[in-house]
Amino acid sequence: MSAIIEVDHLSKQYPRGPKALNDVSLSIDEGEIVAMLGPNGAGKTTLISIICGLVVPTGGTVRVGGHDIRDDWRAARKLIGLVPQEITLEPFETVLNTVRFTRGLYGAPPDDAYLEKVLRSLSLWDKRDAATRELSGGMKRRVLIAKALSHNPKVLFLDEPTAGVDVALRREMWQVVDQLRRDGVTIILTTHYLEEAEEMADRIGVINKGNLLLMKPTAELMGEFGKKHLTIDLYEPLPACPPELAERGITLSADGRSLGYDYDTRSDRTGIAHLLADLARLGIQVRDVATKQSSLEEVFMSLVTDKAEDAA
Amino acid sequence: MINRGAVRAIYTHEMTRFFRTVWQSIASPVLSTVLYFVVFGAAIGGRIQAVEGIPYGAFIVPGLMMLTVLQQSVSNSAFGIYFPKFSGTIYEYLVAPAGWIEVTAGFVGAAASKSILIALIILLTSFFFVGVHIAHPFWMLAFLFLTAFAFSLLGFIIGLWAKNFEQLQIVPMMVITPLVFLGGAFYSASMLPPFWEAVAKMNPVLYLISGFRWSFFGLADVPVGLSLLAVGLMIVVCLGTIAWIFRTGWRLRE
Repeated sequence: MSAIIEVDHLSKQYPRGPKALNDVSLSIDEGEIVAMLGPNGAGKTTLISIICGLVVPTGGTVRVGGHDIRDDWRAARKLIGLVPQEITLEPFETVLNTVRFTRGLYGAPPDDAYLEKVLRSLSLWDKRDAATRELSGGMKRRVLIAKALSHNPKVLFLDEPTAGVDVALRREMWQVVDQLRRDGVTIILTTHYLEEAEEMADRIGVINKGNLLLMKPTAELMGEFGKKHLTIDLYEPLPACPPELAERGITLSADGRSLGYDYDTRSDRTGIAHLLADLARLGIQVRDVATKQSSLEEVFMSLVTDKAEDAA
Repeated sequence: MINRGAVRAIYTHEMTRFFRTVWQSIASPVLSTVLYFVVFGAAIGGRIQAVEGIPYGAFIVPGLMMLTVLQQSVSNSAFGIYFPKFSGTIYEYLVAPAGWIEVTAGFVGAAASKSILIALIILLTSFFFVGVHIAHPFWMLAFLFLTAFAFSLLGFIIGLWAKNFEQLQIVPMMVITPLVFLGGAFYSASMLPPFWEAVAKMNPVLYLISGFRWSFFGLADVPVGLSLLAVGLMIVVCLGTIAWIFRTGWRLRE
């Protein structure tokens, strides 16, 4: 796969503001789905805005399909479709006309057959003559995607596509992205929701305070950070953790009433069976057992905190 | 390479909106101008002596057309670009492979087309009320086109500058309309006392109305060349300002 987006030492310093992007470099292959994760103000939208031409960088370069976004901006922008975070549609325009308009802006010749295909794939064809103000929130989001796809772009940017939407709509958006993946569209999305990134992305980039902290394949990231925690409640409190358990990293709670054990669900042997056997052998009676997946939120927070500590 | 598709898309989009609100777009300015003809042309005009040999009703036709062209050009163009800023759809224009020339040509071309269309309807309407003879039809159309283009550019700048609807309306209401009224829409500058005539000649709109009136009656308050120079200068200044706004992103990419 060849790189369709190449970001090299990209920086953005807003006047009278903090550095929004700090020497960010990344490469995205054709057909990939990449999720950029980060809290508010991390620099995700600035990164997308620079690539799309909405914001002028203060340093570094960006190439889209081999075209520099500043020197060869027309060719670069023709390859890009952007779905903004906010729902921004002309309220009195019909669905088909607003999609036609966007296609025209990109200088593409009229092609209603292609637009019909796009609208049908997004379940909007039946609403083609409806004014956008008459549509539900989910449909409006899909209209924005249809507009972004109207000129057949190679790369689609989705800026927080599910921000502020309900669970059902979020699932609906995931299905849309899945369909686009099958169509071979390269997608870069930003999100607050780690679950969303895990669900959709081939790779995840974590960005905070303008710095790209890491960029890894989703499976690898989840393998590294996706641990589980086993809590074993005891009938009788223990005065101290037995040495043979402590050697294996098992901890005793402060009140002595529960044992804790972190394990990796991906490893061949989790050690749980061995642990339970040891408890039986030591005569420690178990009241209850519970497991908890270390949430992606925790993973993210630990990443951000660790990197911040490293930097300090 | 200019993205002609983008110019066509914006132009068509704006004109479609114009015809979608046809009553507001055409009927309203035509009706108010007809009222001017009835009041100043038929009712009061009959009691006013001819101005430099031209019946008063006919004398005000170029001024009324200019009044409409200036107001319509500014308001249509200003609203055209302000509305995407207000609704947030401005991002579409900024991420498209279209530069300031295409975006300006689309919006300004549509705004100028609308105001020219309305001005021509007003001219046709005037034939029902007063006898109007056009001495220099080519120059009449040239002044009409150039003035519509120049003031559509000015309106475009106002739309880019405006942060709210109040700002959008304040320049047409507080600046353009007074300049037109004081620029000789209803009188000749030579009718003023010498001091006020000198003051009136500091008003750039007077040069446009004077040139336009010359194309009708062969009479002008200022030399026609100066009128052409004034409108040409205005176009150059406005284009330079728009290019600067797009290059810096002022009020556009903030």
